Amino acid sequence: MSRRFTPKVVTANRLREGDVVYLTADDRWTLVHAEAELIEDEAHAQLRLLHANAQGRLIVGAYLADAKPGPNGPEPTHFREAFRTRGPSNYHHGKQADLDHV
Amino acid sequence: MYDYTDFDERFVRERVAQFSQQVERRLDGSLTEEEFRPLRLMNGLYLQLHAYMLRVAIPYGTLNARKMRQLAKIGATWDKGYGHWTTRQNIQFNWPKLPDIPAILTALADVGMHAIQTSGNTVRNVTADHFAGAAADEIADPRAYAELLRQWSTDHPEFQFLPRKFKIAITGATHDRAVIRAHDIGLQLVKNDQGEIGFRVLVGGGLGRTPLIGMVVREFLPEADLLPYVEAVLSVYNVLGRRDNKYKARIKITLHETGKEEITRLVEERFEELRPLFGGADQALLEDIQAAFAPPSFRDAPVTAYEDFYKSDPVFRAWADTNLAAHKNDQYAIVTISVKEQGKTPGDQTSDQMELIADLAETFGHDDIRISHEQNVILPHVHKGDLPALHAALVQGGIATANVGLISDIIACPGMDYCALATARSIPVAQEIAMRFKELDLEHEIGPLKIKISGCINACGHHHVGHIGILGLDRAGVENYQITLGGSGAEDAAIGDKTGPGFAYDQVVPAVERIVRAYLSEREGPQESFLDAFRRLGMEPFKAALYESGDAKDAA
Repeated sequence: MSRRFTPKVVTANRLREGDVVYLTADDRWTLVHAEAELIEDEAHAQLRLLHANAQGRLIVGAYLADAKPGPNGPEPTHFREAFRTRGPSNYHHGKQADLDHV
Repeated sequence: MYDYTDFDERFVRERVAQFSQQVERRLDGSLTEEEFRPLRLMNGLYLQLHAYMLRVAIPYGTLNARKMRQLAKIGATWDKGYGHWTTRQNIQFNWPKLPDIPAILTALADVGMHAIQTSGNTVRNVTADHFAGAAADEIADPRAYAELLRQWSTDHPEFQFLPRKFKIAITGATHDRAVIRAHDIGLQLVKNDQGEIGFRVLVGGGLGRTPLIGMVVREFLPEADLLPYVEAVLSVYNVLGRRDNKYKARIKITLHETGKEEITRLVEERFEELRPLFGGADQALLEDIQAAFAPPSFRDAPVTAYEDFYKSDPVFRAWADTNLAAHKNDQYAIVTISVKEQGKTPGDQTSDQMELIADLAETFGHDDIRISHEQNVILPHVHKGDLPALHAALVQGGIATANVGLISDIIACPGMDYCALATARSIPVAQEIAMRFKELDLEHEIGPLKIKISGCINACGHHHVGHIGILGLDRAGVENYQITLGGSGAEDAAIGDKTGPGFAYDQVVPAVERIVRAYLSEREGPQESFLDAFRRLGMEPFKAALYESGDAKDAA
C-alpha cells in the first residue's frame, strides 16, 4: 500500500534577490506562503514542479515542501519551512521586513 | 602586510571580469542554474535559505585599515550594514543580490581581496594563529608560510577538483590558537636541535560527522620542504580520496581507510619525486614574502598610563583582564575586540564598527587587524600606553565587551537562521546562553569556558572541540540539541563526549546552567578551569546534574 500523499506547495528562491517564493494557482511567484497553491494530488504536484523548473530565469532550486490547509491559506508544517516564510530570527530582516511594506 | 604583485592583481581582475560575464549570462538566461552553480561556488557565492551569501577570503585572518573600510563599505552599500566573521577567519555577507555581485567583487579587487576558493573542493583559505607576529610564545610568524601556501594553492591546476574541500591551518606557537589538530593538514613551526626552523606536520584532522584529531606524519619537516611535502600529501589524496561518497571523501577518511603507514609511504615517495622540481624558486619567493611580514617598528615609551588606569578604573581593569594577551614586546599588548556582546549575534560586525576599528588600527595598532576563528577582531600590536585611550574609544563605539574566553564568548555558526544545510538554529541559542549568564552575573566567576554551537553535523561551529559543545539537530520535525563536554581545540585537542539524550530548544539554556552549576560546586577552586575539572571528575557529576531530578541529586 502506498503512503498517503501529504499536501505540498512549490517553493523556490528568486534568481535575482534570492527571496523565498511560492507558486500560486494562477502561475505567479509570491512571497506569501498563504497565497501558494496547496497541491493535494501527487501527479499534479509533479506537473507543477516541472512547470516551476522551466522558469530558471526567474527562480532557482524549486522543490515541493510539505504544507497543510489553514484559515488564510496553506501553512508550513516543518520549522525549516516556517523560517523560510519569515527570515532569520536574530534580526528583522528578509521577508518579515519586506512584507511590512506590502 | 603582503601587498598584491602585478601578477596577483591581474589574476584577480581577470577572474572578476570572467565571473561578471557569467553572472550576466545567468541573468539573461544563457546559463542554466545547473551550469552556473559550480561557477558561482568557485567564486564564493552561495544561495542560502533567504538570500545569496558571498564568502570573502581573509587570508590567514589578516586585514589592514584600508581593507576593513572596504568591507564596511560593501556591507553598507550592497548588504544590510554589517558582515559576519566566520569560524575560518573569513567574512560573509548575508544579503547581496545577484546583479550586484560584479560590483562587490570589483570593490574587493580594488583593495586586493577576493572570494576565490572560499567554496568548492579546493584548498580553502589557509588559516593561521590570529596572534601571529605578536604572540610571546611564538617561534616565527606563520603568515609568510601561509601566504606561500596561498600563492601555491590559488588556481593550482591539479587541485581544483579534489575529492572534497581541503583545509590547512598553521601556527608558529606552542599554544595552539589555530585549531591545527582539526584540519586536513595542520602545521606547527618548530625548531630542531640545531636551532633550524621546520614544521611538525599533522594530517587527517577534521570535525563534521566523523570528528578526528590529526595524526603527526612528520615530527620535523625542514622549512624548505614545505611546498613539495604539502603538494605530495594533496597529490596522494587526490588519487586515493573517495569521490563515490561525499561523507567519506575527506582526507581523514582516506587516512583511516588506507592506514597511516601506507599513506606515509606514498606521500614520502611522491615527495621525493616533487622535491627536485621546485628548484629553489619557492624559497626565493618565501624570502620576498617574509620581508612583507617584518614586524612594525615598535615604539619605546613609558607604560605608566596603562598601570595607572589599571589600578584606578575597574571597568578598564575588567576589560584588560579578559581582552588583553601577552605580546612578545613587553611594552605592548595584543588586544581582542569582542564581537560577542551578550544578546547580540556572535561574529556580526556593523559597518560603523568596522570603520571605527579601521581608525583605531591606524591610530593605535600599526595598521594591523586580525580576525580570529573564534569570531573576534584583534589589534595585535598596541602600545600599553595607548590602551586607556583605545579602551575609551571602544566604549564609545559600543565594542568594549569584556568577555574574551568567558562563557558568553561563544562560537556559533549561522545555523538555520541563514544556512541552507542547517538542521536547527544556533544563533538564538548563543544569544540566550550569553544573556542568562549576564543576568546571573556569573561569567567572571566561572572563568575560562568555551561554548561552541553548530546548527548541523557539518560542525562549522566547532562544537566537537568546545569545552561545552552544542549540536542542533532535527529530530522528527523538532529542533533538538545534543550536548558534548570536554572537547578542546588547543594543543590538548580532544573531541567532546556526549552527555546523553538531547534537549528541546527551550531546555538548552537550563541544561547549560545545570552543567555550569555542577562545575562551580565541584571545582577545587577558581584556579581549576571547567575543562580541568571535567578531566578530573569525568562525565558522572555533570550527567547527574543534567538528567537526575532534584530529589535524586539530594539523595546522591
